[in-house]
Amino acid sequence: MHALVGENGAGKSTLMKILYGMQKPDEGTIAVEGQQVSFSSPADAIARGIGMVHQHFMLADNLTVLENVVLGSEKLHGIGGAARKKIKEISDRYGLGVRPDALVEDLGVADRQRVEILKVLFRGARTLILDEPTAVLVPQEVDALFANLRELKAEGLSVIFISHKLGEVLSVADEITVIRRGTTVGTAVPSETTPRQLAEMMVGSELPTPETAESTVTDQAVLTVAKLTVFASGGASMGTEAEPTGGITLAPEGGEIKRVLDDVSFTIHAGEVMGIAGVEGNGQTELIDALIGTKNADSGTISFLGEDITPWPTRKRRESGVGYIPEDRHRQGLLLEAPLWENRILGHVTETPNAKGFWLNPKGAQADTRRIVEEFDVRTPGIDVTAASLSGGNQQKLIVGREMSHNPKFLIAAHPTRGVDVGAQAQIWDRIREARREGLAVLLISADLDELIGLSDTLRVIYNGRLVADADPATITPEELGSAMTGAATGHLEHVEEASAPEDEAR
Amino acid sequence: MKKFDKERVLLAVAGPVMALVAAILLTSVVLIASGKSPIEPYTLMLEQIGYSDVQVLIINQASLYYIAALAVALGFRMNLFNIGVDGQYRLAAMMTAVVGAHMDLPAFLQVPLLLLVAALTGGIWAGVAGVLKVTRGVSEVVATIMLNAIATSLIAYLTLPDVFGQLVGDNKTTGIMKESGWVPGINLGADVGEIYGLVFLAIALGLVYWLVLNRTRFGFDLRATGESESAAAASGVDAKRMILTVMIVSGAVSGLAGLPLLLGDAHTYSLSFPTGVGFTAIGIALLGRNNPGGIALAALLWAFLDKASPALDYATPEPYEKEIAMIMQGLIVFAVVISYEVVRTWGLRRQQKRVGEELAAAANTKKEVAV
Repeated sequence: MHALVGENGAGKSTLMKILYGMQKPDEGTIAVEGQQVSFSSPADAIARGIGMVHQHFMLADNLTVLENVVLGSEKLHGIGGAARKKIKEISDRYGLGVRPDALVEDLGVADRQRVEILKVLFRGARTLILDEPTAVLVPQEVDALFANLRELKAEGLSVIFISHKLGEVLSVADEITVIRRGTTVGTAVPSETTPRQLAEMMVGSELPTPETAESTVTDQAVLTVAKLTVFASGGASMGTEAEPTGGITLAPEGGEIKRVLDDVSFTIHAGEVMGIAGVEGNGQTELIDALIGTKNADSGTISFLGEDITPWPTRKRRESGVGYIPEDRHRQGLLLEAPLWENRILGHVTETPNAKGFWLNPKGAQADTRRIVEEFDVRTPGIDVTAASLSGGNQQKLIVGREMSHNPKFLIAAHPTRGVDVGAQAQIWDRIREARREGLAVLLISADLDELIGLSDTLRVIYNGRLVADADPATITPEELGSAMTGAATGHLEHVEEASAPEDEAR
Repeated sequence: MKKFDKERVLLAVAGPVMALVAAILLTSVVLIASGKSPIEPYTLMLEQIGYSDVQVLIINQASLYYIAALAVALGFRMNLFNIGVDGQYRLAAMMTAVVGAHMDLPAFLQVPLLLLVAALTGGIWAGVAGVLKVTRGVSEVVATIMLNAIATSLIAYLTLPDVFGQLVGDNKTTGIMKESGWVPGINLGADVGEIYGLVFLAIALGLVYWLVLNRTRFGFDLRATGESESAAAASGVDAKRMILTVMIVSGAVSGLAGLPLLLGDAHTYSLSFPTGVGFTAIGIALLGRNNPGGIALAALLWAFLDKASPALDYATPEPYEKEIAMIMQGLIVFAVVISYEVVRTWGLRRQQKRVGEELAAAANTKKEVAV
């Protein structure tokens, strides 16, 4: 099991794309089992026994597991009994526990990932590439995944594993390659390396920690949410697309409309970072949508600085000081094919320096984009390049810079450092901390439990659309948080040795 | 950052040039296959440009195409497919003709009134599709196609002799419009013809189109919606209001498309009023990349193919079928769609690569300095 680590933009993805035949190398060779090969498409790579599990799952929700697995490789074992038998066989052999006839939309994130793994094994892969497989999993699921991977290894398969989480890499890999700026800067053996050494190899600098300094929480309420409830939308309408609801969600019972957010109440004060932990698909997306106004609350109220903003449209909320770092920057935060300075306008088209009344002010926006590029260390050759040509970390720094430039009073930060390299991560944390000192209220939603614990002043756990538990970030451990995220623990989570957290009867 | 600018221009030009070259080559293949000279039709058509009467015909025809194509392009910029430009254009031309035949104000009031009637008619007609989409989720493609058919029937009814129509010979017309509503053109002499006065309306609309899209908040919202609906929604664009607004504006522009001809020459709406302009405009908007300058060139090219091709019928010693021009127009649309997508993805990838290289180079020099 070989792990590949490196900063974003270091060339990990490019290397993986080349290995999987999605891109052609300009120079150099690839050898599989001693044989030199050249791939011109993923099909070639698959034929050579290389399989890829993408970070974003490539599954059709409305098909069954069986249908998803055979899709595109119907010739191998047909689409009927033979294929089902083969799936069962692979599943049993590696302990994947996949049910061929389950609908993918009913599966949780971890199950979907196992389907993806099964999919590549079904195609005869001997070498598996996993792109950040743990990014969407809670600690318990990560352990299960690693158990599966060890099973594969024991059967003689090779696994190439990409991750940002250095602790995991060290615990699971047999060998680690670190790349930076497109070249290999070193290899490491896990037993002789600490996470700190590894991180230093990656960035050539100290490993940042998301610890917040002294508390800056004031008693001035900035955002108060009371009894917020949102029902699952019946159908997608233009503009407010139905979000993919992954994860553990309840199916509608007896014609009752599902509550994706159920009676959620909380208050965030000036200078406070409130972290929300939860497995993806438990209402986080809906909560963000309700707060930013892309989907309106079905009941309950949201008040911002003493004003009831529940009926306000998104634009008015943003103008009045709600900053937004969206969870999916490609879909919600950027116009990928537009130049950087147009992306700087996005979301703040009515505000200075982007507009003068009815008219746009391209000069002002361009000048301010240069400032953001400078101040937030966005690495780009200029502001006229498209957003798509930047690496993920630099795109995110641009977004953070944009949102911070309008002096927000309240910031929704959804996965602010997802897919961002260690260096940029530290910068983004610094910015959030800095703004928090000046009285910014932050709602932090993240799958990175260390980030949540390190950055938050208060922690809540969301499960099935409800805030089921709260915890003190000063004492809680990721494992304890993880168990609440699966719904196993509720109420106030106390860090106690071997004792059970107080259990409330939730539903 | 001049380099990237130059590259953008290059990419913008590469698509249409590739498409045109491919279309010409394929048309030549058709000519060879039917045993004709693959060169002569082009030279015959190109010779036509030299005649000033043909030039006037091309410009006049292009003005209709241009306005209609702007209407289509406006929708395209936010991924709305207004396929009903043709219906909006015909209905608006007819309504304007009727109003122009029955109202008689001084010219400085009559002409603006007629422009307003045309824009309103087109806007309302397209707005029906907009309302349906926003309130009921009906695809604007389906709705506008249906509205085209309804417009045809509505026009047939309204031009009946006992409604607004007048029978002239066996042609159903709406009667001659009052002269105060005629827009004088630029007369270049009896054997050359007259350039429609409202050609300038077309030019003005092109300028306004550019200004609104690139220099206003509304235009930014519109483009953002077209580039990423989800990002636009998150940025605070009210998608429903945007759809409705753009449908109505697109319809209003469509409504104006027939006016250069109606107020400049025809002065009545009749069975011989050109149909299909709205469909042609879709191809023109595609070829022009929804860009006002590009659309102007595309409209002129289309008008040239239209107006120069009849000469093929009279070629000596051997006539060619003028349908060659139609084959070419079809092939252009076909090639355009493919070549633009190819150029777009190629350009994006190329830029990504170059940005990566430049950053790496910058990092290296920094390192060297440090050492």
